[in-house]
Parts: sequence; C-alpha cells; structure tokens
Amino acid sequence: MPALSPTMEEGTLAKWLVKEGDEVKAGDVIAEIETDKATMEVEAVDEGVLETILVAAGSEGVKVNTPIARLKGDGETAAPASAPAQSAGDAEKQQPEAAKPQPEGEATVPVKPKVELKDPEIPEGTPMVKITVRDALRDAMAEEMRRNPDVFLMGEEVAQYQGAYKVSRDLLQEFGDKRVIDTPITEYGFAGLGVGAAMAGLKPIVEFMTWNFAMQAIDHIVNSAAKTLYMSGGQIKSSIVFRGPNGAAARVGAQHSQDYSAWYGSVPGLKVVAPYDAADAKGLLKAAIRDPNPVVVLEHEMMYGVEFDIPDVEDWVVPIGKAKVRREGKDVTITAHSRMVGLALKAAEILAEEGIEAEIVDLRTIRPLDHETILESVKKTNRLVATEEGWGPMGVGAEIVARVIEHAFDYLDAPPLRVHQEDVPLPYAANLEALSLPSVDKIVKAAKAVCYK
Amino acid sequence: MARTRKAETSSGKGTDTGVSNRKGDLLDSYRSMLLIRRFEERAGQLYGMGLIGGFCHLYIGQEAVAVGMQKVAVKGDQIITGYRDHGHMLAAGMDPNEVMAELTGRAGGSSKGKGGSMHMFSVEAGFYGGHGIVGGQVALGTGLALANKYRENGNVSFTYFGDGAANQGQVYESFNMAQLWKLPVVYVIENNQYAMGTSLERASSETDLYKRGVSFRIPGEAVDGMDIEAVEAAGRKAADHARNGEGPYILEVKTYRYRGHSMSDPAKYRSKDEVDEVKKTRDPIDHLRGLLDAARVSEEELKEIDAEVKKIVAEAAEFARTSPEPDPSELYTDVYLEAAQ
Repeated sequence: MPALSPTMEEGTLAKWLVKEGDEVKAGDVIAEIETDKATMEVEAVDEGVLETILVAAGSEGVKVNTPIARLKGDGETAAPASAPAQSAGDAEKQQPEAAKPQPEGEATVPVKPKVELKDPEIPEGTPMVKITVRDALRDAMAEEMRRNPDVFLMGEEVAQYQGAYKVSRDLLQEFGDKRVIDTPITEYGFAGLGVGAAMAGLKPIVEFMTWNFAMQAIDHIVNSAAKTLYMSGGQIKSSIVFRGPNGAAARVGAQHSQDYSAWYGSVPGLKVVAPYDAADAKGLLKAAIRDPNPVVVLEHEMMYGVEFDIPDVEDWVVPIGKAKVRREGKDVTITAHSRMVGLALKAAEILAEEGIEAEIVDLRTIRPLDHETILESVKKTNRLVATEEGWGPMGVGAEIVARVIEHAFDYLDAPPLRVHQEDVPLPYAANLEALSLPSVDKIVKAAKAVCYK
Repeated sequence: MARTRKAETSSGKGTDTGVSNRKGDLLDSYRSMLLIRRFEERAGQLYGMGLIGGFCHLYIGQEAVAVGMQKVAVKGDQIITGYRDHGHMLAAGMDPNEVMAELTGRAGGSSKGKGGSMHMFSVEAGFYGGHGIVGGQVALGTGLALANKYRENGNVSFTYFGDGAANQGQVYESFNMAQLWKLPVVYVIENNQYAMGTSLERASSETDLYKRGVSFRIPGEAVDGMDIEAVEAAGRKAADHARNGEGPYILEVKTYRYRGHSMSDPAKYRSKDEVDEVKKTRDPIDHLRGLLDAARVSEEELKEIDAEVKKIVAEAAEFARTSPEPDPSELYTDVYLEAAQ
C-alpha cells in the first residue's frame, strides 16, 4: 500500500485492474486506491508477472507499506508491488521508537476522555452520528449556503477538483459555479476580491489551500477586512470567513507547517476560531459564516480525516468566544486548541495513571479569548500549562500566561509553563520534526513540573 | 454629446433634462471641480494651522478625472480609490462638512473621526474608500464588481489607482480575475506622473499604462485627464463596456498634481517650471472655462458659482473646526458588530 499523501496512514484498495497471471510493465495502472483525499491510480514500478494478489479488492484500512501483491520478474525473486521506500509510512517504520515523526500517533485516533463528561451544550439523549472533521466542515458550508443565497465559496481547487483536501466535496454539484468559484493561484488578489464582495454585502467564504499561503493575503485580512469597520465609523462591514488548514501537517517542511493562531489572534477586528473535533468544526464554522465580522477559521490537516461523534440535530451552531472544559481535573489546568487538544487529552490519561488529575481547557476560539473559563479553571487547580503547536515567543500560551498572572496571580502555586514548537523553522527530517513539535511527552513533563513531581 | 443616462446620473445637482443642457452640464462640472479645488486649498491651509494631522494628499490639478468619471456613474455604482481621495468623495456627492471634519478628526467627520484623510466611506454615495495601502483598493474594487455580477444588478465598480499602484502585483492578479470572470469594473489609472517622488519613467518599464491589460485581453485607452469632456466620453465608453457584460476596461487618464505627494513633500524631484507650465497650459478648470465661454456662459453666472463654492468651503472649514473631538467612549466602538444569534 503506497503512501499517496503526506498524512495518509492507511487506504482502501478499491479495485484491481489486473489479475493474477497478468504480465505488467512499469507504468501500467494496476489498481485504484482510495486515500483520505481522493481515489488514486497505482502504477507498477517494475515489470513481470503478477504472481499473487495479497490484498483483495474492497479491503479497507490497509496500512501504508503493507504488500498488496507480488510480482515475479524473469522467473526471479518476487517483489512486492508497493510503495517506494521513501514513503512517509516507511520512514516511520524505520525510525527508532523515540524519533517517530508523529510521536504518539494521536492525530489519527480521536482521543476520548476516560471519564464521561457532561457537555452543557448537548442536551442529554441527543442522538449522535459519526462524522469526520472534513465532512463536518463541508456540511457546515452546505447548510449555510442553503440558508443564505449570499454565501459563496471561493479558493483554489474548491470547485471542479472538489477541494485540495476534499473539504468542499459535492458543493459545486449542489450550488453551481456561481457560488463555488475556482480561483487562479493568487491569494493576495482573491482575498482582496473576497473582502470587496463582503463590503458590498455578500458573504464570501475564502478558502486558503493552507494558511501558509495566506501570508500573501494577510494585507487584505488585516488592513482591509479587520480595520474597515472601525475606519469607516461603523459604515462598512466585512462579513467574511477566511478558512483552511493551519499548522504542521506531516513532513512538508518549514514553509508549509506554520501555526498562525498568534498572528491573527493579535488583530482587533478579527475573530479567530480553531476547532478540535467535528462538532466544534461544524458548529464554529456555521457561527463564523453567520457572524457579521471577519472570522479566521484555523483548521488542521491532520484532523480532517478523524471521525468524531457529532449531535445529529437540525442546526448545530457553536458560539464563538466560548472555551470548553474537555476533561475535568483538580491538579493542573492544561490549555490547548485545535489538534493540541488531542495531545493534551492523551497526556491527561498518562498523568492520571500517575495520580495527577489534569483539567483540559479547549480554547476553541483564540479571539475573543474566553479567559473567564481559563481563570476559573486555574483558580481551582492553581497550576497552568499552556500548550500550542506554534512558536512560543509572543504566542497564544504567552498571552494566556500573561492573563493568568494579571488576574489570578495569587491563586498560582507554581510558575506557569508553556509547551510549544521549538524556536526553529520546522525541519523536514522525521526525527528533527518530531523533536521540534510539541508532544504528549512534553505536555506530561510540563504538567509534572508545575506539580513539582 | 449623447446624454442618454443624464437623468440617472448620481452627480446630483442640476439634472434638468433637455437639449440645451450642455451648458447646464458644463456648469455642474465647473461647480464640482471648483469645489474640489477650493476645498483642497482650504484643507492645505488647515493642515498648515495644525488642525489636520498625519498624511494629507491633495487632489489639486486632477479635478477633471473624478468629476468627469462621476458623470457616467448611475445609482448603485461603486467608487473606490486610494489615499488621494477627497476629490472623489466630493464628486460622489458626500457632504463637504463631513469630509472636512474627518480631516480634522472630529466627531462630525464621515468616519466619526476614526478614519482620517485616507479612510472615508459612504455607502449612500457609493463610495467605498479611501484606502491607505497602495494598490489594495484594486482587488477590493474588483470584489465590488464581483458582487455586482453575483447580484446581476447592472452596476459598475469604478476602481481608481495611480501610476505608482500600477506596479503592484495584486493589480495584475485582479486584472486576470476581472477578465476571466468578465466582471463589471472600470479601472481608472490616474497617471499624475509621480509615485510620491519617483517619476513614471524611473519606475515603470512600460510607461503606457493603458497597455497594462494587454496580456489579460483587457482593452485600454489613454485619455487627456485635463479635459473633462474627454474623460466623460472615455468613461462612458468604458462603463458601457463593463455594464454590457463585456468585462473590465482600463482608462489611463493623464493628469498632474500641482502639490507635493503629501503636505510634507517639497516636491524637489521636479522643476517649478514644469509645474508652472502645466498650470499655465493644461489646467483642467481653465480648460473648462474655455468651454463655458464658447457655450456663452456669462461671467456673472460663474461668479455666482464661485461665491456659492466659497461659502460651502468656508462652512465646511468652520464645521471642521468647531465639531467636537470624538467622545472617548468611541475608542472601543465599531471594532466588532454584534452577532445576531
């Protein structure tokens, strides 16, 4: 099973296009494989006779690098018709345990708190359905587009290609090319067009293929969208959503792996949300689309394919500006947002085994930050670890620590600690990438340190 | 000249229709252009008195552009420009009191004193700013056109920028999408020959800016921006093109600014002779006076307008001086709109 995307860990062998005994040449399409993003054709890398099919058509969840068939060339040793050795999955296998690219593999498995938590937003007995974050985001857009004819989506590959990460799948088919608009690769330009359309009263959703590319457009996000209401004395609104995957993916290098939470979180006039699970992804995106202000929605590529339970209700909207306690605990408060919530929950489980009860506060919204919920938690636990995927200096964690010191200094029993990416551009090498990114282990260590354990 | 849309123009005053209207039209233009010039002269004076702060970019010399183009705009059309924006606002019919009070940063200003010279807006007048980042308004104006097409409302976005902004990358990103999607936008390049202190020749490898759309298949033409009738005629052709669904159109309007880039610019990069020559031979208001003479407008009628304009400007200055500063409570308003959920 070849790795066909940076984040792919398993795939479905949809169809064999050859049968045992067939002769194949290098470059022949031999099978179709469904990844988390697309259906891809697999070509033979060698020539010979297809001796044995090892994985039958229709098999789901086939791990990357699993041999799927055996080729026999010139009566010699048969070789697996699978991925080249440099695939991400392969690299992971060859790494020593301590230096895996994704140390805990937590991104692909939804971490469920052991203790069943009451969620004030979800009434008891609400029916739940399983859905990926990707589809939750898609449904949010589709529902809001049905609700309001002024809502439209624009961005690179959002229409005919169905979304670079398949988040806009089927939207073109339902809403047509007037409302699902493929743009040229011109972030600065199309972000500006989006803001202009918003100034005229429409409700654009501008998708950036990743937030890394939005640095070219940050002028319009900040100077045009965030500031114009103020500069116009309240006359011109920019009700617009900017969304896309943010932060580190897997092995894509420094220019494709930055977390912009702190950047946009520092700008008055913007709202910034960073959901973790499917319910928040859907509910917050719907709230963002309805919000009369410009909203930055920071998604996470590593979370797109993760399935979560989501309330199966008519109109699921999560209010912007409200954090959520994902796990209750009395010993230490751990704040996190986006994918970091999963790491924090996992850390909490490990800490619990060692007798430390961590309270996990999922920020959900970066701006306006729900510091009441954070303070309330810290006043209870008296200890704080602030985590984020981005860099530490001037970061979200720095802001949280500052606010806690300003408003709850006397409650603290230990200096707060921050867990974040190391202060370097994100390296490509698997071991260095793992060393640079925040991890469950780093959170556990920090939590123990503030507990003096 | 054909006046088919006269009754719908949003330039405001004197919209009586009929055949003898060239004279009335010219008088309207005279009033608008003179208002801009006198307003800007007064703004320069108030700046010198310390009543206006920060950056202040005057439109003197370029009056025929905004006034001529405004004649082809109909209700619902949008106007958007950069930071040299006072002329466009007055031409669009915004209240001179509010514009001047915004310059002085007072509560009576069009942005309640929170925008300043470069950031004024009026949805009512179809004026979408007033943008301080060179070239930013080009993408925004193209977005206004996208909204027009989305709504199929038949409106056109008049997107102004200068010869300096014409070198910004986002201008070409916008050109590409505007033509690709046939958006109703007229790009008006006000070529006043200097991007701050850098002359067109020193900054642009192709100085015929009307050709800048060629590789996007956008038609363009050069226009004498000191001749209001030429501006109007070209503007009408361009606006019709855009309104008829044929996509964007570029007008390179050749004009000149008499003052420095901003109030603090001594304009040492050009000779006094150069400026004097333009004032003497190409002044847009003198040119219009020539047309008025030929149309047999009496000196008396003009004097009447002079007095009227003088009064409006004096009142605006007085309003801008006496309007109170914004209440401190305004500091935290207009940052966010309340979400209705």
